[in-house]
Amino acid sequence: MRNASQQERRHTICVLVDNEPGVLARVIGLFSGRGYNIESLTVSEVDHVNRLSRINIVTTGTEQVIEQIKALLARLVPVHRVQDLTVEGPAVERELALVKVLGDRERLVQALRIADFMHARLVDSTPGGLIFEMTGSSDDIDAFIALVEPVEVSRAGVVAIGRGGVVLEPPPDVVATQTKGEGR
Amino acid sequence: MPDSGRPRAETATETLTGSQVVVRALIEQGVEVIFGYPGGAVLPLYDEIFKQNAIRHILVRHEQAAVHAAEGYARSTGKVGVVLVTSGPGATNTVTGLTDALMDSVPVVCLTGQVPTHMIGNDAFQEADTVGITRPCTKHNYLVKRPEDLAQVLHEAFHVARSGRPGPVVVDLPKNILMGQAPYRTAREARLSRYRPRRDPDPDRIEQALDLMVEAERPIFYVGGGLINSGPVACELLTEFVRATGFPITLTLMGLGAYPASDPQFLGMLGMHGTYEANMAMYDCDVMIAIGARFDDRVTGRLDGFSPRSRRIHVDIDPSSINKNVPVDVAIVADAERALAAFLEGWRRRAHRIDPRRIEGWWEQIRQWRAVDSLGFRQEGEVIKPQYAIRRLHEHVRDLDPIVTTDVGQHQMWAAQHFPIEKPRRWLTSGGLGTMGYGFPAAIGAQIAHPDRLVINITGDASWVMMMQEMSTAIQYRLPVKIFMLNNRWMGMVRQWQDLFHGSRRAESYMDALPDFVKLAEAFGAKGIRVEKASGLDAAIEEMLAHPGPVLTEVVIDPFENVYPMIPGGAAHNEIILSPADKRDEGPLSEEGMVLV
Ligand SMILES: Cc1ncc(C[n+]2csc(CCOP(=O)(O)OP(=O)(O)O)c2C)c(N)n1
Repeated sequence: MRNASQQERRHTICVLVDNEPGVLARVIGLFSGRGYNIESLTVSEVDHVNRLSRINIVTTGTEQVIEQIKALLARLVPVHRVQDLTVEGPAVERELALVKVLGDRERLVQALRIADFMHARLVDSTPGGLIFEMTGSSDDIDAFIALVEPVEVSRAGVVAIGRGGVVLEPPPDVVATQTKGEGR
Repeated sequence: MPDSGRPRAETATETLTGSQVVVRALIEQGVEVIFGYPGGAVLPLYDEIFKQNAIRHILVRHEQAAVHAAEGYARSTGKVGVVLVTSGPGATNTVTGLTDALMDSVPVVCLTGQVPTHMIGNDAFQEADTVGITRPCTKHNYLVKRPEDLAQVLHEAFHVARSGRPGPVVVDLPKNILMGQAPYRTAREARLSRYRPRRDPDPDRIEQALDLMVEAERPIFYVGGGLINSGPVACELLTEFVRATGFPITLTLMGLGAYPASDPQFLGMLGMHGTYEANMAMYDCDVMIAIGARFDDRVTGRLDGFSPRSRRIHVDIDPSSINKNVPVDVAIVADAERALAAFLEGWRRRAHRIDPRRIEGWWEQIRQWRAVDSLGFRQEGEVIKPQYAIRRLHEHVRDLDPIVTTDVGQHQMWAAQHFPIEKPRRWLTSGGLGTMGYGFPAAIGAQIAHPDRLVINITGDASWVMMMQEMSTAIQYRLPVKIFMLNNRWMGMVRQWQDLFHGSRRAESYMDALPDFVKLAEAFGAKGIRVEKASGLDAAIEEMLAHPGPVLTEVVIDPFENVYPMIPGGAAHNEIILSPADKRDEGPLSEEGMVLV
């Protein structure tokens, strides 16, 4: 930490939390209350038996700020594990986007062609409009959007997972011992 | 639930009302006192409290005071302080107290009433989003929506409040949960495993720290309130370790009492109004051993000028306190008591190889800094100097082992400088939030916990007025709190900053239309004393101490005295101003420093 870099760097942080009301507000409040940025945040329950949710956060900061963020996350009561995939990786990161293109026949045909070579999937078609589903790295999605010039985009945010033996597991004492329902 | 801590059938089926569950959980948690104020949403709970004798309820006169009183109770005993208030305004009135407790790491459990669950979100009468409002000012909070969660939540709330770095926890209790049936679970059956802060130090880090310490030529201990939270044993170990090393030690405002102030190795408090020797030693040290302190901006001054040549060891139970403001070389996440026990053991193991002469030059340097006598003042004539008043007060009570609380402002700093604190849990002040109005209710809480001890609230005229309604509480419960008010007729600390940094334009800092404090005390049924001359001070203090009930002693002081030494905002420790004569005409303040609070 003594010679910590002053350079800002993008980090993907995964947090395993109790799926209880208010937990997302705690995490978001931590970032907004202390002036840290969130580039992307996704959350969903990943363990229905133990009611655990996984929050994936993409943020940028200096090494000192990132360490601070992780320590602050870890001290929240409903947080079980904090994993910084940028440090603890390697990891796979994916994002899903729904991309709508409107236009005349010529325009739609061109969009279909781009989608084809960029591996976006057609999921809906109406007269004068197409919706593509694109899954890939955030950069891939940015590239696709830049090419098809959509009228509307809906992005799910980054989900990430460590490769091979890099596993985000709940601590053993959490498994199957949960009681629920605290918080709003 | 296939849980090892699963409730046994008979306890799980024992069904009480929610209010009965709350009272039973409080009793099981060892609660003896609640500070509170009733209202519609908590009436079922008040009814239950009325029916029992194990827990005493202290009726305050404002919910903010309930939290400060609970803080005073907690900080003077080491136990969790408990608050009970109603929904809506009762809950919102606690916000300042909760924030204070969060900043100063005070264990408090605050029970708030809430409208019935089916009305939540409807803007019902006296509804407030209490968990939303208090989320950023609590360590954790809960809204209990299901009766079966109630007992578990209460036990976990106490566990969270007192474990690791302590803090305030809110439990929001909808009225239908209090009135309906709910199962009880004992504390032993409650699941507490999801919050378990690390307490044992990493042995390798302890060795690394010791390596730095044994080689140090200009070492210093920098110790904060975390030591006091760790407990009296931690403070004893600290004293033992500091003496074993022969190193100098400085304490933060929150740490006062963690090490005996009369000890020759103690350099006094550090920081903005700390002693010259403490701040200079921090600036010049080569090894800094920080324990339970958080490198607050009032302590560090300008960060890039902070202790530029030191290697730093930091022991703290809260990992997020480490490397936050100041990078350190050896980070030790642990309970201070355990870290100190390990330090002491390691030091003794190495003792034969340590040459005590290597820090002789350092002590010589410190002696020179001490000779500056940075806390010196001159009491001449009959106008009472505040420093003199505090020194006289100390002379009169030093053998009575008093508990001292303060408010916020100049008087707080003079008390910190001139009232030496010898033991932990004797000094209760609002450090992190700097809450005017903290001192009197905190004194009430401390007096409730220690009915036979001397409890003194050193206060200022402006601060005391903020919570003066609590005189009724003191009268009702016959609490002999002694209020020692330094009346300068100013918001003194505000005036000091205006004089130093805003061209002496004293905007709105004069306390016009102050009450006659003697009559005010008497109106409440307390005793009032006013002293205006230095020659009358001793008699006034004796009269105050002799009176068996609460006393408000108004000491009329020199209205223009300022607190020195002072490190102005945005300055480094070695840029300390020692006296008004020292005030640099070009202005000691940078633009950058001016923006600091
Ligand atoms: C609740 C609150 N409001 C405002 C302040 C800002 N403030 C800090 S010190 C001070 C003046 C305190 O005056 P007094 O209590 O008379 O003490 P003195 O400085 O004169 O000793 C003020 C207004 C504060 N700390 N707390």
